[in-house]
Amino acid sequence: MSFWLIQSLNSLALGGVLFTLAAGFSLIFGLMRIANLSHGAYFMLGAYVGLSVIEAGYSFPMAIFAAAVAIGVLGCIVEWLILRRLAGNSLSQVLATLGVAFVIADCSLWFWGGDPRPVAAPSFLSGGVQVFGQTFPLYRIALVIFSIFIALGLWLLLEKTKLGVMIRASVDDRQMAQGIGVPATKLFSIVFCLGAALAGVGGIAAAPILSVYPGLDADMLPIALVVVILGGLGSLMGAFIGSFLIGFIYSFGQALFPDLAYIILFLPMLIILAVRPRGLFGRITA
Amino acid sequence: MNRISYIAVLVILLVLPFMLGGTYYTNLASQILIAAIFAMSLNLLVGYAGLTSLGHAGYLGLAAYISSWLTVKLGWSHASTAALAIIGTTVIAGIFGLIALRATGISFLMITLAFGQILWGLAYRWASVTGGDNGISGITRPRFFGLDLGEASYFYYFTLLIFLLVWIAIAILVRSPFGATIRGTKDQPRRMSALGFNVWLIRWITFTACGFFGSIGGIMYVYYHQFISPHSLSLANSAEMLLMVIAGGAGTLAGPVIGAALVMLLKNVASQYVDHWVTLLGLVFIFIVMFIPGGIVAGFMRFKNAINAPK
Repeated sequence: MSFWLIQSLNSLALGGVLFTLAAGFSLIFGLMRIANLSHGAYFMLGAYVGLSVIEAGYSFPMAIFAAAVAIGVLGCIVEWLILRRLAGNSLSQVLATLGVAFVIADCSLWFWGGDPRPVAAPSFLSGGVQVFGQTFPLYRIALVIFSIFIALGLWLLLEKTKLGVMIRASVDDRQMAQGIGVPATKLFSIVFCLGAALAGVGGIAAAPILSVYPGLDADMLPIALVVVILGGLGSLMGAFIGSFLIGFIYSFGQALFPDLAYIILFLPMLIILAVRPRGLFGRITA
Repeated sequence: MNRISYIAVLVILLVLPFMLGGTYYTNLASQILIAAIFAMSLNLLVGYAGLTSLGHAGYLGLAAYISSWLTVKLGWSHASTAALAIIGTTVIAGIFGLIALRATGISFLMITLAFGQILWGLAYRWASVTGGDNGISGITRPRFFGLDLGEASYFYYFTLLIFLLVWIAIAILVRSPFGATIRGTKDQPRRMSALGFNVWLIRWITFTACGFFGSIGGIMYVYYHQFISPHSLSLANSAEMLLMVIAGGAGTLAGPVIGAALVMLLKNVASQYVDHWVTLLGLVFIFIVMFIPGGIVAGFMRFKNAINAPK
């Protein structure tokens, strides 16, 4: 019984982390029609930046804030310097983001070294809580709540603000949206910056459970791909459901079949591609 | 290229070990030829069929792991392991193709990336078979007519022979009527479909052929290094192969070979001065994509035309 409870919490926590990663990826794809292959690198860099902020003596919330700002700014620079100059050529944009991913990954290795770096949970969230005579790590519970708040914030942004209306209109029909005066270029910058910042936040928020190591980017990017292919590209709901589904599959796979967990992760993607290529909640096929 | 330049290049390739004084350079030449086999096979998919794949290192890994495992663990002979590695890799490529070709464009790229990572994950985590991070070592190079391919120049000539066979096979393939239909599915899939061609089947055959030629490269790779580990299957390696194709010129016969030579030379020269090849790879990638998207061959021709153009 306790195995199932603990694993379920682990799954939820991992799902929450995946959501911060996949939401931005999915939005960027929906809007700009590009797969941002540097997304895993933003996640890892966010964790490293947060780590350095903590090591400099600042608090954990400060680290999250710093990661969001640093990676958001980096995303803006990449969008402005590279992607905008390749506008209209999705394939070149995707390949350029891959180049960016390599530069970030290798420079992080240079700067932070090759050893895995543990990150301690903030002191007010360390320890556990007793529920039904069972101890649950508090940080993981907080992580789930945190990701639900982020999901709620994104939902409000997309559904209740003018910016959100413009984003949704562009995802559904970009040409028509541009035709009635939606400023596409500006939206691209905002969404790319926001997506990058979210990935950075996800990185540092996940660091106490995943730790930070070279190769974290290459571990997370395929999982993000699986989540968005499963949930449907460009759909926030899809990213949300997909993240928690994959969180459960990965955590239980890891615990029950450790040798094959990584392979099991890709099975739902293969099944969904075979029966419903646009994903569970996808409106666009690319 | 006309006939004379083909013969000139062939002669240069034949006398190369004598010109290059030193095992180091002969080995580098062998590595370039092996990389060129990967680039040419990937070019079938990227250049001719217009399907950009980021999982090509997976075929390297499949062929290399199958042949090493059969040689080291079961003690099979070189000929039978090579045959089984090629057949096995091609069959798996065919199965992957069934799934990956449900999509085109960016989605296709994402799916092939995921395939590459599945194979990488398998190599890395399925330690009881693949040896995990340590990989498999102890594969020997084959012997032919009493010639020991452990000797650098003999191995170079063997690699050259395989390279030329692959080149000829791919040249025949892309110049055949079938090659024309492959290009047709890239430029005008709907019109090809309307003309009665089975676009999906043409793409699937190309996808599988790409795996077949890739597996030949994989076997040569493992003969050269006599070692295989998950690092050879990494995303960076797949990206490197794609860079060779794009840098040289996708959709041309010579482009990927030139791209392979450039990338391998750059990698070897750069690694003598800096230990951060991957940063350089990323920067070169961005540079090529942004400024010479058609590849170096096309870029050079444009440059030449611009200079020669009447003022």
